[in-house]
Amino acid sequence: MTIKHTLNEQLAMGYAAGVLPEAFDVVVAAHLSLSDESRAIVSSYEAVGACLMENCERADMNPGALSSTMDRIKNSNMIVHRKKNENVLPEPVQKYFGGDIEKVKWTSLGGGVKQAVLPTDKKAQARLLYIPAGQSVPDHGHRGLELTLVLQGSFADEVDHFGRGDIEIAGDDLDHQPVAGTEADCICLTATDAPLRFNGLIPRIVQPFLKI
Amino acid sequence: MAQPTEKLDPSVDWSAKVLSVRDFKDERAFADLFAHFAPRIKGFLIKSGASAQVAEECAQESMVTVWHKAHLFDPSRASASTWIFTIARNKKIDAFRRAARPEPEELPWGPEPEPEASDAMVLQQETHKLAQAIEELPQKQRDIVKRAYFGDLSHAELAEQTGLPLGTIKSRIRLALTRLRQTLSE
Repeated sequence: MTIKHTLNEQLAMGYAAGVLPEAFDVVVAAHLSLSDESRAIVSSYEAVGACLMENCERADMNPGALSSTMDRIKNSNMIVHRKKNENVLPEPVQKYFGGDIEKVKWTSLGGGVKQAVLPTDKKAQARLLYIPAGQSVPDHGHRGLELTLVLQGSFADEVDHFGRGDIEIAGDDLDHQPVAGTEADCICLTATDAPLRFNGLIPRIVQPFLKI
Repeated sequence: MAQPTEKLDPSVDWSAKVLSVRDFKDERAFADLFAHFAPRIKGFLIKSGASAQVAEECAQESMVTVWHKAHLFDPSRASASTWIFTIARNKKIDAFRRAARPEPEELPWGPEPEPEASDAMVLQQETHKLAQAIEELPQKQRDIVKRAYFGDLSHAELAEQTGLPLGTIKSRIRLALTRLRQTLSE
């Protein structure tokens, strides 16, 4: 699998620093699960964070902190298991639905397009979009930043063609109309920090009701 | 105050101490890690806006996780300080959000879980060079980078071009990931 579209420096740094809203964190974490290239960019920014932490003014730990930490270690048993995930949803996304794609409760947006909003904090919104093969998503622009990660199938828009693992980073300058590839139904994970702005009149009216 | 002689001293091999915790449940190595990293985590979190109490709690919890996740530490992909930084950052977010932070999947190890020692060494050197490069950034630029990590910049303000020399360290990590994938598919 080749992933053409990776993170930009801005997002990699924001994720590494831990300053992105939860909705963006989950899209980036899902993308990193699929793209080693992006994982390497983020890791290098994490190395920057480590350097800053090394140079940071230290704060003395409370007396007895080490022994209380040893007690916590002995009284806890964290089992971290690693397994290869062959599912549609990367692990960080599965956590929001309690399992893979069959656990997702979809809401219809009409024309076979469905969505499921992730219960993240309200600073930004993440959701899964299901677009039947060959279908288009209503033409829309954004007031803020929109991330779109392909998890199944593919889509194409004015910018390029995006397949599984690819992430599209769209600013408010992009009005686009993504069309799903014909080979399979397309499932995307998206995050927006402001409501989408649909360019047709009717979708704009329904927008507040659909929580898009 | 931070002591520059200690922070740039590459002679302490923190990675070896994490591996000693991993392989031998070595409490002395852990105590050394604790003495070095816990006050730095606490200081970093206070700078990021946490109260002293929350910072203390996160620092202790981070060190608990260091112990339990030592078997996931891969010195060819991250220095010990980078790895511990990511743990501390996640604890901070968990505390602020009161929910677990979304993290990428752990990369599964192959049958031979020992990464190339030379890879680990080169990465350690690169991390050291990076620390020096950050020290040598012009004051204004260094302040922007610091503010970004302490959460004082909005996303729109995060610099597209930081001027940080990350090319080499990035390609080292990329190489380590490629080797890992190859081992897995063998």
